[in-house]
Amino acid sequence: MTMIFGVPLAVLSGQLLIGIINGAFYALLSLGLAVIFGLLKIINFAHGAMYMLGAMVTVLMFDTLGISYWVALFLAPLVVGTFGVLIEYFLLRRIAGQDHIYSLLLTFGAALIIQGVLVNIFGVSGLRYAMPDMFKGGMNLGFMFLPYYRAWVIVAALLVCFGTWFVIEKTKLGAYLRAGTEDSQLMQGFGINVPLLISLTYGFGVALAAFAGVLAAPIYSVTPVMGSSILIVVFAVVVIGGMGSIGGAIITGILMGVIEGLTKTFYPPASSAVIFLVMVLVLMFRPSGLFGKEA
Amino acid sequence: MTMMKKLLTSAVASTLMVGGAQAEISGDTVKIGYLADMSGTYRDLAGPNGLAALNMAIKDFGGTVNGAKIEVVSADDRNSPDTSSSTVRRWVENDNVDLVAGMVASSVSIAVSKILEENDRLGIISGSAASSITNEHCTPNHIHYVYDTYPLANGTASAVVQEGGKSWYMLTADYAFGHALEGDVTRVVEASGGEVIGTVRHPFPTQDFSSFILQAQASGADVVGLANAGADTTNAITTASEFGLTQSGQTLAALLLFLTDVHALGAETAQGIQLTTGWYWDMNDEAREWSDRFMAETGVRPTMVHAGIYSSTIQYLNAVAATGSDDAQTVRQQMMDTPINDMFAKNGRIRVDGRMVHDMYLAEVKTPEASENEWDLYQILRTIPADEAYRPLSESKCKLVNN
Repeated sequence: MTMIFGVPLAVLSGQLLIGIINGAFYALLSLGLAVIFGLLKIINFAHGAMYMLGAMVTVLMFDTLGISYWVALFLAPLVVGTFGVLIEYFLLRRIAGQDHIYSLLLTFGAALIIQGVLVNIFGVSGLRYAMPDMFKGGMNLGFMFLPYYRAWVIVAALLVCFGTWFVIEKTKLGAYLRAGTEDSQLMQGFGINVPLLISLTYGFGVALAAFAGVLAAPIYSVTPVMGSSILIVVFAVVVIGGMGSIGGAIITGILMGVIEGLTKTFYPPASSAVIFLVMVLVLMFRPSGLFGKEA
Repeated sequence: MTMMKKLLTSAVASTLMVGGAQAEISGDTVKIGYLADMSGTYRDLAGPNGLAALNMAIKDFGGTVNGAKIEVVSADDRNSPDTSSSTVRRWVENDNVDLVAGMVASSVSIAVSKILEENDRLGIISGSAASSITNEHCTPNHIHYVYDTYPLANGTASAVVQEGGKSWYMLTADYAFGHALEGDVTRVVEASGGEVIGTVRHPFPTQDFSSFILQAQASGADVVGLANAGADTTNAITTASEFGLTQSGQTLAALLLFLTDVHALGAETAQGIQLTTGWYWDMNDEAREWSDRFMAETGVRPTMVHAGIYSSTIQYLNAVAATGSDDAQTVRQQMMDTPINDMFAKNGRIRVDGRMVHDMYLAEVKTPEASENEWDLYQILRTIPADEAYRPLSESKCKLVNN
């Protein structure tokens, strides 16, 4: 058997694939953060909580109303996105134009409140969510057993990531958005409702996190604390990619998934730290991030 | 006249004596500090419901002990030895806390027991698993009450090896508890004629186990042993079933599963898993009667930790009442001298190393068909007698044991 650094090639291929799957989650989550920061200059510390809400809403909609996975894939981001719009309208708007630290503290506080309330109601052991029937089982790739659901995660996450990048960077709506945040008074003069645009952008960024939450529901334990540990990692991904770079967030997300996966194979104890190590190195040698615009 | 004098003197003397005994309960208050994970990974197995169990015990005891009031303070340990150490230091140095109860993460318990030893206060550890707590980390100031990794390994690992699972691959949480459990499992597996062929230590906590499950699959071992707890274990079991670990002929052995974990997984996913437990709510009439009361209070069925907190608090208060003292050594000695047979423990006794040994149980998770309600989850397969379950004193490395 071919060996690379004492690890069989077959195992390594499997770990690479797993890394890409986890990277797809990171990409989806960091994309939402990058959209919110890039366009609104808000450091959204509630992003992990929104991811968790996406998963919780999926489970609760199924338990109470019998709403299926496929419907939840659209409905949960819509519900959580609407919640995000409300947060923007009632809270974030009041501190618009202030230093970044204000939005950071406000969203962090909101996240703690949301998480605390849900912990009180549901505990932390996790809610059950059954894998949709069509995704049960998997295929044997020769070097590993790939569950169908993980294959679907890659496809769904990449489609949504690409779609978002396309809308923001290549369409007229995206151009309005970018212009509206650059010079809102001018855009108002052109008859565009900038405050609405900002609310919707925040709602959309949050909906992306909720979408990742729906994808996570069948494979991870759904608990009110599931978002808190992933949040910091995702922030590191955004910093590495370059704050506000949409494409950078996607590529870096996948890249970090792979690096973390490989660390889990070669030296597991470092796997929770490796992304931060990369972050330190990037900040030292390329402070604006791998794909950051300003030098 | 002399008669009168004698009577008076003896009356005064006896008043003084009673007063003296009273004064031995410092500040006329028995103060209990409840320290546990109230918001993180280990919240549900102890957490706020453990505090409810503690308060139930105090209420059942009558709310006072020899006329002294019983006060409770509580804090979130945040699974951090540092946070917990400063909390407990404040409790013993400023707040005159007599007993620290609860305690979940093994790293927290080890750190706290050092402070209790420095200040000569008592700790009763109900949530932690590491058997090292009463072995190399033993102190004359703590009691480890509910279970530890030694019987977990003894019960589950030896049962799995006997069924033919000879080669093992360990998935271990990378901290004190995981290491202790891994060590105890390795010992049992090797003693029963098996072998541990590989180990991977994962960070605590970990959400995505797919990478580790893949490594376990590639190892070709008969059994994949999970030396972790809480959400780590449930996530690992869910991922293992997603990646078809059991379909490919490997057995999954979860060394530490709490009722709340099995409840979260559901009978569908968890069916057939064998586990060792110190107590089960449906195991006899006394347990059922108590857990009905607990459920009325909290809305959920108690774990072995909840039951242990209740039982140990009653034992502690009995000892304070019997000795009329809240001095750590006096109370601990009284507790060691008193056998425990209650709703929680059968054939229980507290050894000199602080280990409370009692009967343990090997259980199997019921199938969805056999399970009558969401908490009807275990079938008890056999009782592991107290003396077989725990590490014998002859193997102890505890400084309090003369070996």
